[in-house]
Amino acid sequence: MNAFTYARAADVADAVRRAGAPDARYLGGGTNLVDLMRETIERPSALIDVTGLPATIEEREDGGLLIGAAARNTAVAEHRAVRSRYPMLSRAIVAGASGQIRNMATTGGNILQRSRCAYFYDHAGSRCNKRVPGQGCDAIEGLSRTHAILGASPSCVAVHPSDMCVALAALGAIVHLEGASGGRVVPLTDLHRLPGDHPEIETVLEPGELITAVELPALPLARRSTYRKVRDRASYAFALVSVAAALEVRGDTVEDVRIALGGVATRPWRAWKAEAALRGAPATEASFRAVAEAELAEARPLRDNGFKVELAARTITAVLGELRGGGA
Amino acid sequence: MSITINGSAAELPDDPRVSLLDYLREHRQLHGTKKGCDQGACGACTVLVDGERILSCLALAVQYEGRSVTTIEGLSDGGDLHPVQRAFIEHDGFQCGYCTPGQICSAVGMAAEARRGVPSSVTADLSAETIALDHDELRERMSGNLCRCSAYNGIVAAIALAGAEAAR
Repeated sequence: MNAFTYARAADVADAVRRAGAPDARYLGGGTNLVDLMRETIERPSALIDVTGLPATIEEREDGGLLIGAAARNTAVAEHRAVRSRYPMLSRAIVAGASGQIRNMATTGGNILQRSRCAYFYDHAGSRCNKRVPGQGCDAIEGLSRTHAILGASPSCVAVHPSDMCVALAALGAIVHLEGASGGRVVPLTDLHRLPGDHPEIETVLEPGELITAVELPALPLARRSTYRKVRDRASYAFALVSVAAALEVRGDTVEDVRIALGGVATRPWRAWKAEAALRGAPATEASFRAVAEAELAEARPLRDNGFKVELAARTITAVLGELRGGGA
Repeated sequence: MSITINGSAAELPDDPRVSLLDYLREHRQLHGTKKGCDQGACGACTVLVDGERILSCLALAVQYEGRSVTTIEGLSDGGDLHPVQRAFIEHDGFQCGYCTPGQICSAVGMAAEARRGVPSSVTADLSAETIALDHDELRERMSGNLCRCSAYNGIVAAIALAGAEAAR
């Protein structure tokens, strides 16, 4: 681990001011950044501890929630209003990592966690465009079983590892940012970039910009929502495929639906095509399967991960069926 | 800069690179907390901070200024072992013992989470006020603690026993 200075931010303005230092990084729970620093993949000159910034979960009059970026993953998952109004978010968070890590990890840090691609971590032996821009990617021709089938480029095929972000994408969460030139808001679905030719630039955040909060809009539909994660082990493993979904059925017709995918794409993947195709369609397994296939039509599997296409289609179909209820 | 370790105040290191795990083991000579993977994958380094279980290998010690850390050495009350420690002995909840301090600290923190209703990925009813630690819940909630001797049956039995005694 390289040498760095450490300071606790007194407030948001203090954090943003300190982030003007070259190679400064915000530090949340440390569960990803400290590990990457130990591997010398991250080499910040200054750490600005933002865990003392607002961690409150504020219930808004319109039924939405405002989650302070320093709120720990456990605190969000266990919050009464999250459990009742946004169950998919509670379920997504507790599907990720372990109890110990969820007690440390912050909301902002979870959103900005970096790739778990083995080729990204293997700084001694593998090329990676995220780690060394322009170097090349050994993942594409390598062991590709866990890599992305959606949103990849010839430069990068790494999946976004977060479970929480999949639920936030489905819920239409709005991320609040503060930077040297002021504050702004960005939808979670626009925050992470597709890799394109620059996989090292992972988000639309400007240098030094800080996530201060995540806003969940009021969404009555989300009361009937869930998250399902398919992985190699029963617990404590990253997703091969995951689905966050909410479904509202009137009569036999889908009134409204939200679907997002994890484990298959280079960013939290909102299934806009599937949602649009399903609104107004019969709430049948045949419809669910058809819209899943429509969403996955642009999937581009590599040598080892073709199974994710069928696995994702089946998981989407099963989750929508579960939310609809009433048997198959 | 100070921190409380097992009830006693201590000075934090000047170098911010020191992990809480290395601080406990190398600076405070508290060798009960174990270094397994040193990358957040095994749970051997689990300690309690203000009652919450965390991984001390991924924690920079300086981040915990003013907080209260409990390690395996601080769980027992003088000569009296913590009920979870006694249960591990009674049920052979270990073989080599390397993961055991982390397992025990994790179990203590985990039980508190379940009591206050923190859901897990196998919790059916998210509205539950408190979670009964049945077999599936217990195993899921302890999944961040690996045991390479695979003494899992004894570990699960020990934690279940301690939980049942605490509920009495």
